[in-house]
Amino acid sequence: MSKTFLLDGRPVPFEDGQSVLAAARKAGHYIPHLCWYGHFPPHGSCKLCVVKIGARHVSACATPAREGLEAESEIPEILDTRRELLAMLFAEGNHFCPSCEKSGNCQLQALAYDLQLLAPIHNRFFPDRPVDASHPDILLDFNRCIFCELCVRASRDVDGKDIFALSERGIDKHLVVKAESGRLGDTDIALSDLAANICPVGVILHKRQGFAVPIGSRIYDAAPISELDLADEEASK
Amino acid sequence: MSQLAQTCAITDLDQAVDEALARHGGDSTRLLQILIRAQERLDWLPPRAVTRIAAALGLSRARVEGVVGFYSFLHARSVGRYRVLFADNIVEEMQGAPALMRRLCERLWIEPGKVSEDGLVSVDATSCIGMGDQGPSALVNGVTITGLDEERIDAISELIREQISLESWPREFFAVDDNIRRRDILLNDRLAPGEALRRAVAIGGGALLAQVKTANLRGRGGAGFSTAQKWEFCREAPAQGGGRVVVCNADEGEPGTFKDRVLLTSFADHVFEGMTLAALAIGASKGFLYLRGEYRYLRDHLEQVLERRRAERLLGNGILGAPGFDFDIDIHLGAGAYICGEESALIESLEGKRGTPRIRPPFPVTHGYLGQPTSVNNVETLALVPIIAARGGEWFAQIGTKLSTGTKLLSVSGDCAAPGVYEFPFGVTIAEVLEACGAMDTQGVQLGGAAGMTLAPHEFGRRVAFEDAPTAGALMVFDGSRDMFAVARNFVRFFAHESCGFCTPCRVGTALLRDCLDKLQQGNGSPLDLVEIERLDRVLQTTSHCGLGQAAANPVLDGFRNFRAAYDRRMLHREFQPAFNLDAALARARQLTGRDDASAHFPERRS
Repeated sequence: MSKTFLLDGRPVPFEDGQSVLAAARKAGHYIPHLCWYGHFPPHGSCKLCVVKIGARHVSACATPAREGLEAESEIPEILDTRRELLAMLFAEGNHFCPSCEKSGNCQLQALAYDLQLLAPIHNRFFPDRPVDASHPDILLDFNRCIFCELCVRASRDVDGKDIFALSERGIDKHLVVKAESGRLGDTDIALSDLAANICPVGVILHKRQGFAVPIGSRIYDAAPISELDLADEEASK
Repeated sequence: MSQLAQTCAITDLDQAVDEALARHGGDSTRLLQILIRAQERLDWLPPRAVTRIAAALGLSRARVEGVVGFYSFLHARSVGRYRVLFADNIVEEMQGAPALMRRLCERLWIEPGKVSEDGLVSVDATSCIGMGDQGPSALVNGVTITGLDEERIDAISELIREQISLESWPREFFAVDDNIRRRDILLNDRLAPGEALRRAVAIGGGALLAQVKTANLRGRGGAGFSTAQKWEFCREAPAQGGGRVVVCNADEGEPGTFKDRVLLTSFADHVFEGMTLAALAIGASKGFLYLRGEYRYLRDHLEQVLERRRAERLLGNGILGAPGFDFDIDIHLGAGAYICGEESALIESLEGKRGTPRIRPPFPVTHGYLGQPTSVNNVETLALVPIIAARGGEWFAQIGTKLSTGTKLLSVSGDCAAPGVYEFPFGVTIAEVLEACGAMDTQGVQLGGAAGMTLAPHEFGRRVAFEDAPTAGALMVFDGSRDMFAVARNFVRFFAHESCGFCTPCRVGTALLRDCLDKLQQGNGSPLDLVEIERLDRVLQTTSHCGLGQAAANPVLDGFRNFRAAYDRRMLHREFQPAFNLDAALARARQLTGRDDASAHFPERRS
């Protein structure tokens, strides 16, 4: 008999060392996430996976599951908070879905549809973030960055190239690359690197593949992210 | 520049970088110290220097650039040979710091935040530099200048224009007074260096820990966690390879706090002895004093005290002849990041990284500096330990209240006759402190700095204690002439500036909150904004990764509760109102069409 905790009143089995998010996902319960990636240690920065345990709000990705724990996820208060966090991400960057190559394949957009965030909540910051088209195969459009650091971690921990890092802080935080020129074209990144394929939004794009699949036939056009995320989990078993 | 001059400049740069690297043994965990040192020689960190440092340490250049960008006092762009940074804490702002900054800018023909065209000088603002009792104050090339007034500003502008080196500026500019106004067990203590340590070595680390437990000593950094418990966790955690670590948190960044400055200036032996006692109690061999960059002027003095203590065998191998009692202390400088006062961010910074708070658990007591069990304690907490070791835990526990034993140092600033450091037993009321410092007609008190609470007169009966009104020590006084909205706005701007940007709610939420208050400041507020502020606050409080974001909305919420009139005064009107002035937005259309008649204006807002 395996150990269990309760998620919205339903028992979820877990193994020692598993996080609330990972155990829930394995048991077929979706908790939203943007900076979490199953093969990496939890990061806990996007806060979309917030759940309520007792009176406390915690990141499900960074909270170890334990026997008897009772987590609330699909309750109005938490859903509101997640919408608020998503709205913050939309306000922070320059997100123009209709003209974005990633539209339909973008996790931020898909999550907004899934959580029914239908209109902006905040004034937008409209930051000035020039694109970097210096690399022959890869385009960087920093306007859409949500600071999940997936590319940073993939390049450091998997590709072993340390191409990306974050600089400055607060609302001025931004992605930098390792070349002294500041240009991606002067780095050794390759199309086959995990870092070039992990961006959940439209920052790291492969050149000459724009709109190869028409909008309407893309990943999240077929089914909501909450279903597809669980299908990914199923497929990996 | 001629080719020869260019080559010389490059050689100088490389030499400065190599000297910084050599000084720190090419150790990548000392990256922050290396960058600080290189910048001391170069005034800023040119791209070539960053590349060279990254290559020498075997780090990605992006990571090094990320560290440079994180800290306010490291510069990836030239900031001039003279850099003047005015402290922008609210007390000094009310004492006229902004006008003094404008005066200096006018004298130097520059704009704030921009470097003069000849590359000589820049003037900007910085977060509180711990001189609230003797401001307005500023940092010039990282060195503290106090007591600024128009005369001193004019003198400074002359010195800069004449390009006089900082060493030749009048000494009195750099004078920092202790301003100790009330002494109790700590500030009256005259223990000789080593006296407490001798007794502790005689009874052993376990018995010392028991004394600290009996004393019920709680952390003076604000959270009030039991010091003995922290040490026990650390002592019991398995030490892998490197051994356990004691860290003294001297990153006194909370606006309005300066009591650690006084302890480091005049009670450095107490602080270092407290660290050594902590090492004895938990079995640590390595110690760090993390000194905020703003207190760089104290570094030489602290190094001298360490040197003397080594000579007296109070540090080093076999302390006081006790075999196996090996412990030494390294001073690490910060570089302008409030978040590094959070213990896990401080440890990241000690490891030479961006000061981003870690996910907890695991806690630093089991996995801290380089993964080793680490106890991070406040300067004041550590300074009290020798007194407990010498006079006993029971004696200490008699002072203060049952749950908050001992005394608390308060950094009092603002509208009072005698700003400075006051040591009171815990349990003292706000009213008693106000009486002692000669405050009159007090409208509000900010207790515990920006992250603390704003108290109104009906709350002045509250007691400074962990169980009532907890504080890390800041107490800012505002009299009836002050605008309490300006107080809250100053703190909110502070949090937006100091947010590390790691988590979504704090990175975006503090900036949204700042913009909301700016809108109110401009007189465009509406009741909808107050709803927005409360919603932002809920998200900040519940989902932020660390205490910075969680506390960021406190000043405004306290303001709503206690000083509502200051907010209502800023409402455009009581009805809901869009974020901008509609009529003003039509000005350009009116200009283009040459119309300025009544129907070219919104009727309710004709200007």
